[in-house]
Amino acid sequence: MHVPDGFLDAPTSVATGVVAAGVVGASLVRASRRELDERTAPLAGLVAVFVFAAQMVNFPVGAGTSGHLLGAALAAVLVGPATATLCLTVVLAVQAFLFADGGVTALGTNVLLMGVVGVWVGYGVARAVLSVLPRRLPSIPVAGAVGAAVSVPVAALAFTGLYAVGGAAPIPLGSLATAMVGWHLLIGLGEAAITFLAVSSIVAARPDLVHVARGRMPALELRTPEVVA
Amino acid sequence: MGSGPGEHLHVEGDSPLHRLPAHVKLIGLVAFVLAVVAVPSPAHAVLAGLLLLAVGLVLATRVPARHVLPRLAVETPFAVFALVLPFVAVGPQVELGPVSVSQTGLTAAVALLLKGTTGVLAAVAFAVTTRPRDLVRALQHLRVPDPLVLIASFMVRYVDVVADQLRRMKVARASRGFSARSVRAWPVLAAGTGALFIRSYERGERVHLAMVSRGWTGRMPMTSPLTATRRDWATGLAPALVAAVAAATVMMVP
Repeated sequence: MHVPDGFLDAPTSVATGVVAAGVVGASLVRASRRELDERTAPLAGLVAVFVFAAQMVNFPVGAGTSGHLLGAALAAVLVGPATATLCLTVVLAVQAFLFADGGVTALGTNVLLMGVVGVWVGYGVARAVLSVLPRRLPSIPVAGAVGAAVSVPVAALAFTGLYAVGGAAPIPLGSLATAMVGWHLLIGLGEAAITFLAVSSIVAARPDLVHVARGRMPALELRTPEVVA
Repeated sequence: MGSGPGEHLHVEGDSPLHRLPAHVKLIGLVAFVLAVVAVPSPAHAVLAGLLLLAVGLVLATRVPARHVLPRLAVETPFAVFALVLPFVAVGPQVELGPVSVSQTGLTAAVALLLKGTTGVLAAVAFAVTTRPRDLVRALQHLRVPDPLVLIASFMVRYVDVVADQLRRMKVARASRGFSARSVRAWPVLAAGTGALFIRSYERGERVHLAMVSRGWTGRMPMTSPLTATRRDWATGLAPALVAAVAAATVMMVP
């Protein structure tokens, strides 16, 4: 899933890096205003660790193969899109520099595809779905799943667009887009299933931790035994 | 696709690359790989030379090959793409043994493999010689915004802790007779992922409170800032300079 070095030409890599840096800068502002302040950095750090660790869980698909979570939509639903963008940016940077996973010059591309497109498309779709579903907690996993299912093929489509601009070899774009989106529709379905199940379990145990559940929690009422006069 | 085994690549050592300050290495790495990517695709001989340079960098770290070779596996999906490329790309066809393939696709595929492998080797040379803590210090030194540096520092601090937690949950599942064989295992695995999120978040809350009670104000104090001499910069940027000169030469001399 991580784009390596040399896949896109140097100008495209630099351009995606600049765009990614701009969006990450905007996310820094938004995250500090609306989602977390600088003092709660440990929380964001542990969420980044969670995304990294969640990608290590192998989900068996059958015939000896397995897949893993990408986690962009999941993180956006859980902690809000701006924080999720920051967390995924750091995860991708650490993977590139300490694990040699994903190209160093393709870091901007990877951040743009997963940390920006994956997160914000997933979040936007989840919000849109939530606005039409009943205002109850069980709606949240459904919205997260739809967000995940849409965000993965859209990110693949974004990659196809980047490849059209700065790709290594001329491939008929129609067939590349068909292959990429077709394959990632399947991956998106898996991602949606895992996101649904994971968000369900979190909503069942700690709905107060889920970002999109804010304002949807049942109001707590204070009950006291009747005072016997 | 995906992140390989969750272990840091860093190996203690005392090679010249280990001694270079982390921020010099970081800039040298990015500049080198960017210059390699900028080399026009048909210049296969130049790219092969730069690949040898990257191999030389890895050898200069004096780290055993068994630490390095498994890393090349992260390239597999894209190597497959490169193998398919000559057959799907358009353009003039050439005969290659019994089959006829696209000339431009073949050129691009070879360049892709050379550039991708060079990038992975250079990143491995960086990763095996740089402590995770030093990467964070380098980012701080290079004026990366504070929240990102903080997130990165918590990430390198707690990644092993959380990975251990994940392992304990796996052992707990296995000791209760669970084995992940088919899609039917997904609800259990996904619920485990959810539990991992709650545990990570609560750990974040505890860490935050512990830090506040020790006087945390929102900024990490900078202890022992990184310093680099001119000689360090010259050493660190030498591979990038070689690659940049090679790229410029190829572009000038068609």
